[in-house]
Amino acid sequence: MPTQSETQLGALIHARGLTKRFGELVAVDAVDFDVAPGEAFGFLGPNGAGKTSTMRMIGCVSPVTEGTLRVLGQDPATDGPQIRARIGVVPQSDTLDMELTVFENLLIYGRYFDLSHKEAGRRANELLEFVQLDERKQDQVEPLSGGMKRRLTIARSLINEPDLLLLDEPTTGLDPQARHLLWDKLYRLKQRGVTLVLTTHYMDEAEQLCDRLVVMDKAKIVAEGSPRELIAQYSTREVLELRFAPEVQDSLDGKLDGLAERVERLPDRVLIYTADGEAASAEAHRRGLEIESALVRRSTLEDVFLRLTGRTLIE
Amino acid sequence: MAESVAAGRIRAAPPSGVGRLSLSATLAVLEYCALNYRRNWRGTLFMTFFSPVLFLGAMGFGLGSFVNTGSGAGGAGGATAAAVGAVGYAAFLAPGLLAATCMQTGAFEATYPIMARLVWTKVYHAMLATPIAVIDVVAGQLGWFAIRLALVALAYFVVMIAFGLVHGGPIALLIIPIGVLTGLCFSAPIAAFAATQHNDNGFALIFRFLVTPLFLFSGTFFPIEQLPAFLQPVALITPTYHGVAVTRDLTLGTAALGPSLLHVGYLVAIFIAGVVACRLTFTRALVK
Repeated sequence: MPTQSETQLGALIHARGLTKRFGELVAVDAVDFDVAPGEAFGFLGPNGAGKTSTMRMIGCVSPVTEGTLRVLGQDPATDGPQIRARIGVVPQSDTLDMELTVFENLLIYGRYFDLSHKEAGRRANELLEFVQLDERKQDQVEPLSGGMKRRLTIARSLINEPDLLLLDEPTTGLDPQARHLLWDKLYRLKQRGVTLVLTTHYMDEAEQLCDRLVVMDKAKIVAEGSPRELIAQYSTREVLELRFAPEVQDSLDGKLDGLAERVERLPDRVLIYTADGEAASAEAHRRGLEIESALVRRSTLEDVFLRLTGRTLIE
Repeated sequence: MAESVAAGRIRAAPPSGVGRLSLSATLAVLEYCALNYRRNWRGTLFMTFFSPVLFLGAMGFGLGSFVNTGSGAGGAGGATAAAVGAVGYAAFLAPGLLAATCMQTGAFEATYPIMARLVWTKVYHAMLATPIAVIDVVAGQLGWFAIRLALVALAYFVVMIAFGLVHGGPIALLIIPIGVLTGLCFSAPIAAFAATQHNDNGFALIFRFLVTPLFLFSGTFFPIEQLPAFLQPVALITPTYHGVAVTRDLTLGTAALGPSLLHVGYLVAIFIAGVVACRLTFTRALVK
């Protein structure tokens, strides 16, 4: 049931000037954002950008240093347990009990939410089926694969049937198959109306899952919008990636001028931002540059991030 | 993230982080501890009952017969006197062992298991993402210690009854809660210490320089009057001494109300200080 203030604000999460400091260190610097019900909202940024600190404040486990934060219409400072009763949390590293079985992990977690044994057991069985772990029900957690542990953590986060699900780097360290399986599960949850808030430093993950996202860098939000909007606003339609032999790349000064709106030189390649990649490629060849390979692709969030911060996401 | 790790050392815990105590949340934490314990209960439960038999057999009766034929029994000789004397030493030793073993178990349970839940598996962090608050974690965990300690004390009590070493009448049953309290006087402060540690290096020091000396020199095996004069005041401030003393008085039927209350009062004070310390250090470790 939405509370009155929740209805008035219309946002499940409402942050204004939200700040987190650890002594001298500013982890989150006066960020503003709102998350609407049913939305999949992402925090994109490199390690150390303040994503996890923000998530921990939303999850009511880390006190807000300054600013306003309302989660499900309530104040984490005073209503922490009530808010936490209605959210699910998938932390960055799994906090499962390795000595307990898969089923026991879910059962005891249900007890933390004051569910009866019967109800917790019923939900645990249902969730294990949902994350395709029902056959491992009586197994200990320790020997499970990383992807299975992650799925179990997601199942665990759903035991209280949360209105809001917080996922901190849900697929970091997983192989591609495990990631796609997880994305599928998250997509199904979203279809059921669960609001998802996730952090990631994977562009493809953000593009796959997020309706809307903010890009964080150095404790601040530097851009906000849907993946498509961000690409339209901060990048060009296409990108031409040129690779040169190292000594050639070092002596390119001026030779690419005027080729496109923007040219970004990375250690291993040069990115040419342009509406028409093929035309730029033809022009580069016409100039007689010693190109080893040329690739035309669509712009991604990685390009947006590079534009905004001058750095790649994973470095 | 790196920032939150670095932060713990700089930033003091906000007083609000500890939360309000909730009975259902505390019981859920307790239930977790029991569930976790169930994984290896057979082994520990066997040891819990086996060690009193072992210790009382070897020290109480074996060493005891030797003690009583020597100066310990005032040089009394003769087979009959020696036998009575041996039971006498066993009866002297058993309550001391009960209290000292509670100390040992209480100390151990508060080291590695606490570090595991705080640092290695982060089970406490998982709890705090639910309606459970830090204060519930502390209360549930200490509640579990009490149950574990009650099992240890009960095991000793049963073995002592079986060996006919309890002379104090029904009031001797009080040694079970007092054993629990003695153990908690170590569990609570050591758990508080464990919550300030980032690795387990400090624990070996606790056992080497605190638990083992106290096990040996707090009146468990011989009265502290036998200690060098300068060590006697040191023994007096240890909770182990007070736990041993009141437990022994109760089983030998020599308990007087005044001294017993002083002993128990001292233990309660140490325990409360430990709880306050846990509240502080657990909050610092878990709320950043």
